[in-house]
Amino acid sequence: MFGGDPLLSGQVDLAVVLIVLLKVVLVFAFLLVATMLMIWFERKVVGDLQNRIGPNTAGPFGLFQTFADGVKFFFKEDLLPDRAERRVFILAPLLTVVPAFLLFCIVPFGGDFSNGANGTVEIFGHETFLQLANPPIGILFALAMSSIAVYGVMLAGWSSGSKYPLLGSVRASAQMVSYEAALGLSVCAVVLTTGTLDTHQIVAAQAGDGWGSFIPNWNLLVAGIVPFIVFLLASQAELNRPPFDLVEAEQELVGGYHTEYSSIRFALFFVAEFMNSVTMAAIIVTLFLGGPAGPAPIGPGWLWGVFWFFLKVIAFLFLFVWIRGTVPRVRYDQLMDLGWKVLIPLSLGWLLVLATFHVARDQHWNGLVVVPIAAAIALTFFGLLRFAMATAKANRLEGVVE
Amino acid sequence: MGYLGGFLVSLRQIGRKQRVTTQYPKEKAPKPVRVHGRHVLNRYEDGMEKCIGCELCAGVCPARCIYVRGADNPVDDPVSPGERYGFVYEINYLRCIHCDLCVEACPTEAITESKMFEFSFTSRSDAIYTKAELVVDDEGMPRKLPWEDWRPGEDLHTSAWMRATAPAGDARFEGVVGWSGELGYGLRAPEAAQDVKDAITTPDEFVDEHGHDADPHGPVGHDGLSHDETDPHTQGHGGH
Repeated sequence: MFGGDPLLSGQVDLAVVLIVLLKVVLVFAFLLVATMLMIWFERKVVGDLQNRIGPNTAGPFGLFQTFADGVKFFFKEDLLPDRAERRVFILAPLLTVVPAFLLFCIVPFGGDFSNGANGTVEIFGHETFLQLANPPIGILFALAMSSIAVYGVMLAGWSSGSKYPLLGSVRASAQMVSYEAALGLSVCAVVLTTGTLDTHQIVAAQAGDGWGSFIPNWNLLVAGIVPFIVFLLASQAELNRPPFDLVEAEQELVGGYHTEYSSIRFALFFVAEFMNSVTMAAIIVTLFLGGPAGPAPIGPGWLWGVFWFFLKVIAFLFLFVWIRGTVPRVRYDQLMDLGWKVLIPLSLGWLLVLATFHVARDQHWNGLVVVPIAAAIALTFFGLLRFAMATAKANRLEGVVE
Repeated sequence: MGYLGGFLVSLRQIGRKQRVTTQYPKEKAPKPVRVHGRHVLNRYEDGMEKCIGCELCAGVCPARCIYVRGADNPVDDPVSPGERYGFVYEINYLRCIHCDLCVEACPTEAITESKMFEFSFTSRSDAIYTKAELVVDDEGMPRKLPWEDWRPGEDLHTSAWMRATAPAGDARFEGVVGWSGELGYGLRAPEAAQDVKDAITTPDEFVDEHGHDADPHGPVGHDGLSHDETDPHTQGHGGH
């Protein structure tokens, strides 16, 4: 179950259990603190982007604003609507929060990958990975957890016994299920390139130098830029972040699925949302930017791994906030169009092209022949898709428009 | 730049010091001259109360937040010039919507509004202001209650919009004083004239070269008469 981690391959003694516990506490604390700082960071940066100031009262630079908000949530009255389905209503926030915590387990957040090292660190005489768990199913676990989170959102809206939460959760489940497909297909491209589901090995595969000696061997480049872009867009939709925050759409739905929630239960949704942002950034970094892999010029390599990892994650978190501060919310039909008619065909097509190249490389086919044929087939299918869409639209508008 | 141009637009805002935020509890943004705040009950320059207990304010109040009971002035120690005075005067600020209809209805400019809206009482009895809180003090300044956030100078503006409009809305009387003096202020100057005509609401043929209402058959009531002669307030005030 914990395959690959040298810590658990040998005899399991007390030290091993303690190390695992230490890692659990570390990851748990890191996630909580990171979420707290992420909320602050988001509010501060989006304030900057919009010529506002952002939180600046609680603590230096308003750093403790999230903490203050959290304390306030604890002391608020916890309302349970009369028409709510009690047990489901109480369960739903947990269904959202627990997967958000579990998601981070599989992310390697440190370790020395430079100069061919295998990314292990030594704690108390035991070799181990700087990652909580390294199951062989690896990245599938992330997809599974983010699917479970949909249940939290869906059940929250349904069990509230109120119509706006229900609308919000219907939107949410439709949106998250649609974008899960594009997300999964672009993960497939990465899995195809690296040949493994194991997140540690995905990072290890990206550790070396690529073309030349300075261009990194990241999947961002190796798998082509397309899966990365598809994953980035789909992850924003999966996170229900602007511009895809139709689930919450304050102007239309009073806050969506969590309208009826208050107090700490609402805080759980809120925390889960921002925790997922952090985790999603970490997963993007793992899949496409080599995670903690990077040069280690001086000092211990594992520390450099942690440094590179956080640098990349923060860059992506900034990108998330930047997208939020720039792009207005899309319409619901635009959201579905983007998901089904652009991202899914694109990632599917790219996956097939990648597979073709891999087969061609393995069979030693002539690249000069393979590339034009692949391009021709891809263009043909693109044309067919456009034709199908145009025909469908014409049929739909028949009788509506003169 | 096409689709991605917007990202540069928002990115350029970082570090640009063009924020207009006012750090509210530390500093206050200047208030417009005609802001409606909490009321004051004004007094004449000799200290007499202006309120005559007519209850017009209570009658016109759409929120029914004003309670007035008039009483005959004591002969030896009158509270207001004239026969009657406001014996009880209460405004419930849990109900008041600050529409200023009471101010418009008042025949003696007794009730006007200050610009103070930053008050947060913590009990219902504090929310009901009586004469003790509403009547201006001996300097003519509003009384500052502990739950009200007054800053220096804010108490000077207690009735601006009353002096902003011409009597009966007729622009020909703009700048003509039609109100009585106040304790602490004397006869207040009219607000500066509006020099730009309201192009949207007033058709051009009704506006003269100064931007004033040029309609010869305009609002009735003041034609041919000097405003000072007809206004009851400027004369009536000395008569007690």
